[in-house]
Amino acid sequence: MFLAASHISGLHTTTNRQEVAILNEQVNQTRRKVLAATGAAALSAPFVGRAWASTIEINMLAWYGHGEPDIVGAFEEANNVKFKPKYYAGGDNMLALIAQSPPGTYDVILSDGEFVQQLNAAGYIEPLDPNDYPFDDMLHDDFMKFPGHWDGDILFSMMVRFGHLGVSYNTTAISAEEAMSYKCFWKPEVKGKVGHFDWHLPSLGMMSLYNGNGAKLWDLDDAAWEAVRERTMSLRPQVGGFFDYGGTFNSLKNGEMLAMCGIGDWITGVLEKDGAPLASVIPKEGGIQWTESYCLGKGSSKADIVKTFIQYMLSPEGQVKSAQMAAYPGNCITKGGRAALVATDRAEAERTNQVDGNPMDPITLIKDGRIHYRNIPVNQTLEDWNDFWSEYKNA
Amino acid sequence: MNRFALAFRLPIIVWQGLFFLGPLFFMIAMSFFLVKNYRMEEAFELKNWARMLTRGYVWDSYWYTLGMASLTTAAAAMLAFPAAWVLAFRVSEGVRRWAIFLLIIPFFTSYLVRTFSWYVILAESGVINAGLGAAALGPYTMLNTPFGTVVGYLTLTLPLVVILQTVSLANIDQNLVQAARNLGCPPARALFAVTLPLAKTGLIVAALFCFILSFGDFVAPYYLGGSKPPTLPILIVDTTKSGQQWPRAAVVAVMMMTTLFAIAATAIWLAYRKRVSA
Repeated sequence: MFLAASHISGLHTTTNRQEVAILNEQVNQTRRKVLAATGAAALSAPFVGRAWASTIEINMLAWYGHGEPDIVGAFEEANNVKFKPKYYAGGDNMLALIAQSPPGTYDVILSDGEFVQQLNAAGYIEPLDPNDYPFDDMLHDDFMKFPGHWDGDILFSMMVRFGHLGVSYNTTAISAEEAMSYKCFWKPEVKGKVGHFDWHLPSLGMMSLYNGNGAKLWDLDDAAWEAVRERTMSLRPQVGGFFDYGGTFNSLKNGEMLAMCGIGDWITGVLEKDGAPLASVIPKEGGIQWTESYCLGKGSSKADIVKTFIQYMLSPEGQVKSAQMAAYPGNCITKGGRAALVATDRAEAERTNQVDGNPMDPITLIKDGRIHYRNIPVNQTLEDWNDFWSEYKNA
Repeated sequence: MNRFALAFRLPIIVWQGLFFLGPLFFMIAMSFFLVKNYRMEEAFELKNWARMLTRGYVWDSYWYTLGMASLTTAAAAMLAFPAAWVLAFRVSEGVRRWAIFLLIIPFFTSYLVRTFSWYVILAESGVINAGLGAAALGPYTMLNTPFGTVVGYLTLTLPLVVILQTVSLANIDQNLVQAARNLGCPPARALFAVTLPLAKTGLIVAALFCFILSFGDFVAPYYLGGSKPPTLPILIVDTTKSGQQWPRAAVVAVMMMTTLFAIAATAIWLAYRKRVSA
């Protein structure tokens, strides 16, 4: 019924150094440098005749926050465009919104990395030209040919940011040492105070990691899937609630929940910056990466300005805005972006460990094999996982 | 029915046909559709019904939702009645009008905003526990519990139930109550034998509205109940979120609609049933 998940995992294996090298060769260095500067140019160059030109509306489909002034305001001003964002929560929600809309409704689509392949298979997105984007400036080789973003040599989505999910906790209730294992969710002192972000994929992925499945966390045979379900059910007495973004945010802020399963710095970071005693770490069993990527909507008549916008978001300026995003922070994916973040907001760079040489540097964690890209189940359907999630919530 | 009467009724008939009956029939039809590759395909299969009706968690959610809506209806009816009785019989016309106006004011603001405002009051570090703490009690967990859900339901329904009960009681012919009292009927018996039967229709309609609103509410059980356990509206959202299973969500929705039709029909029958003389 669903796309064979094994096909997706197969794409992981196609990501190898040889292909990356070929890809690098494809990218013209001179052109690349010019393009890398496009973001800055997009903002600094006054738009001649702008006063007489009508504003172009760009329909965006994205997670909340991506169409807000702190991200797109400067770009709108410089390019005489206006974003009309439609926000979703979760990849399925995104697919539903696109499926219900005629082609051309959305010019630019921000997708979770693991859903790009579904977008492509359903024919909802247009190819992108790899030469338009700074692939040689990526912080990690995997980002050059991210799983599911390419179909052969055709690029369908451009990764712009990422973050890691692990143990999110209240530092007054759980120590930093305890937080280094998912075991802390079972700590008697937090009984009834462990919350879940209400989405089965990250929470069950974490249970799978705690069961020692490591890189095979999504590739579970029947026995491993049964073990994950048992492990998850054993956590149920500890659980105080299941929350969406707002509920997660509030329950952590007011101390109703002291630990949260299924999230990471993308939520606690906002509260931490506000002074709340919260933190997120990647435990020893490993963490999960969320990845956000921009796609050009099928049938869009605004491909040029969408390309400029994606270039802007990959420029150092755009990457810094993404890292400082008011709704939820995301890590830089380019070297230029990281350098700009360190130069302009050292405190945020250090808070999120985006400093070269930091042992908890998100790139180091990926290289060390402690991070696993979020995926959909390989041997079960999403419905199987959702069914269990409903059972779990009712237990 | 003459042409003018039909013309007057036509807008509501068209409206209901387009925006209630049409979507309702589509939803029923959708419950037999299939989803392939995240896309819904027209079909007439019983697979969705077979799957959802054999899942224990669906029935757990069903009985929990039914129980919580019934509990809220009973609580709202009992909490509202003393206030409605006082407003109907013990205050001046002017005070009653002001009271009804004040009861309408909560509807000026979004229900979601009112629900979130309970966080400040019900949280373990909130207003109630701070007060109890001063008396060396608590803290008690109220958020993310069935209690929180009921509080949310009552936030939505209680003002409406008070208004409907007040209007219903205020329309009772007071001479009948006075006649009962003059003939020696004790106050309690006058209430149960005269006042309540005369206000029966309004009281039942108020309770029915309370049940319908609670049964279908997503906000309170999610934000104040912590989705623990999930109610049917939450189950619908969960089902659509994962795998685009709108047909299976439609099965749950049809279950809800069937339940509401049955309960509404029973309530209306009770409300308008003529008392059979002995």
